Amino acid sequence: MALKKILLDEHETVCQEGETVLEALLRDNVDIPFSCKQGACQSCMVRSLDVPPPAHAQKGLKDVLCKQNHFLACLCYPEQSMSITLGHQPEYFTEGAVIAKELLNPETVLLTIQCKDALDYYAGQFVNLKRADGLIRSYSIANSRRHAEKLTFHIRRLAGGKFSEWVHQELNVGDTISVSDPQGLCYYLPDKMEQSLLLIGTGSGLAPLAGIIHEALEHGHTGEIHLYHGSREVDGLYWIDEMRELAETYENFHYTPCVSRGDALEGVAQGRANDVAMANIPDLKGWRVYLCGHPDMVNQAKRMAYLNGASLQDIYSDAFHVASPTLD
Amino acid sequence: MSEATPNQSLFEQIGGEAAVNAAVDIFYRKVLADYRINRFFDNVDMEQQAAKQKAFLTMAFGGPNNYTGTDMRNAHARLVKMGLDDSHFDAVMEHLGGTLKELNVSDNLIAQVAAIAESTRNDVLGR
Repeated sequence: MALKKILLDEHETVCQEGETVLEALLRDNVDIPFSCKQGACQSCMVRSLDVPPPAHAQKGLKDVLCKQNHFLACLCYPEQSMSITLGHQPEYFTEGAVIAKELLNPETVLLTIQCKDALDYYAGQFVNLKRADGLIRSYSIANSRRHAEKLTFHIRRLAGGKFSEWVHQELNVGDTISVSDPQGLCYYLPDKMEQSLLLIGTGSGLAPLAGIIHEALEHGHTGEIHLYHGSREVDGLYWIDEMRELAETYENFHYTPCVSRGDALEGVAQGRANDVAMANIPDLKGWRVYLCGHPDMVNQAKRMAYLNGASLQDIYSDAFHVASPTLD
Repeated sequence: MSEATPNQSLFEQIGGEAAVNAAVDIFYRKVLADYRINRFFDNVDMEQQAAKQKAFLTMAFGGPNNYTGTDMRNAHARLVKMGLDDSHFDAVMEHLGGTLKELNVSDNLIAQVAAIAESTRNDVLGR
């Protein structure tokens, strides 16, 4: 039988017959995190960079992790040689040019970037945008997969935010910016088309959710799709008309804008988006849930969604942590 | 859940890994919904926590595990500082029993699981 070699960061380990990848690496004194050795704790999760890992080694992993060839080293009896990684790969950047810039609301800009190379991403993922001097920030892709070279982003201006201030004030149409490979696990896969979807976003958390919604509708998702978009005040909302139009076009798409402070206009719900959503949809058993935006909202909503019946495997989230210290 | 036969291990009698998976879902929801103890679960990654619960239940069900008293101590040291005491341990034990009852596990098997879980009390509470 051919030897099964495990290549990790240029170090090669031969996996003996009847030996798991974890056992082989530990025998070879490779420093790899692990704990239970039985597929429960998932601390030894690694990712294959070339061949798909055997299905038995992906037991219990979320679908998005399986899709990206993650697997548990302790469960993996390799069927062939594999090249694997423990963490993040060095990032690859492609060159992009700003082709449009417009305001969505007083604090959020819609930025359209034309990339030199088409990016292979899933709706809902994010990229890192890099300024010429190396300053980097993560932003979610706001469009579906239909335009793989033309990406849109919603960039909210944060008080004291170095990158967002620069985008708002200095970045112009025609300027170049580097765009990383797509990343993140909060995205839409076109399976279980009849599954109901609940999407809750605050602020520019609407960006990935809008991408997911368009992607789902383009794939003919048949389940109900409910979007709750929240902000403190009506000023912080955007795309209200666009989302209403979409709800008129697609019978299974429902949209509820929410404001947590101040007066709500007609057609706008009063309250935090996650509270309004959970009150309207108290039983989430069998639902798929997407949560994007403020970290507190994401954490709270995740727990609530789980307690209301959603399975953890069906909850996808992206908490927008703020990089610069803000004056907010 | 399967009926008890003399030759089967506790883990097999309860229903093996499938039973653990069913139990984790019920158990973790009960724990998170309990105002007496859920503050200890603030700011933890829910997926990682569910995986830990699965490892714990596998151990309590008499299944394969690598749990050691030291692991238990280290894992809960931060919580002991936050005030974790017998009353909280009792609450978790209550949910463990309630979970198994919901899954129609017999009282005899529940008692065996409870005894294994009980054996971790001093390690969990750092004494």
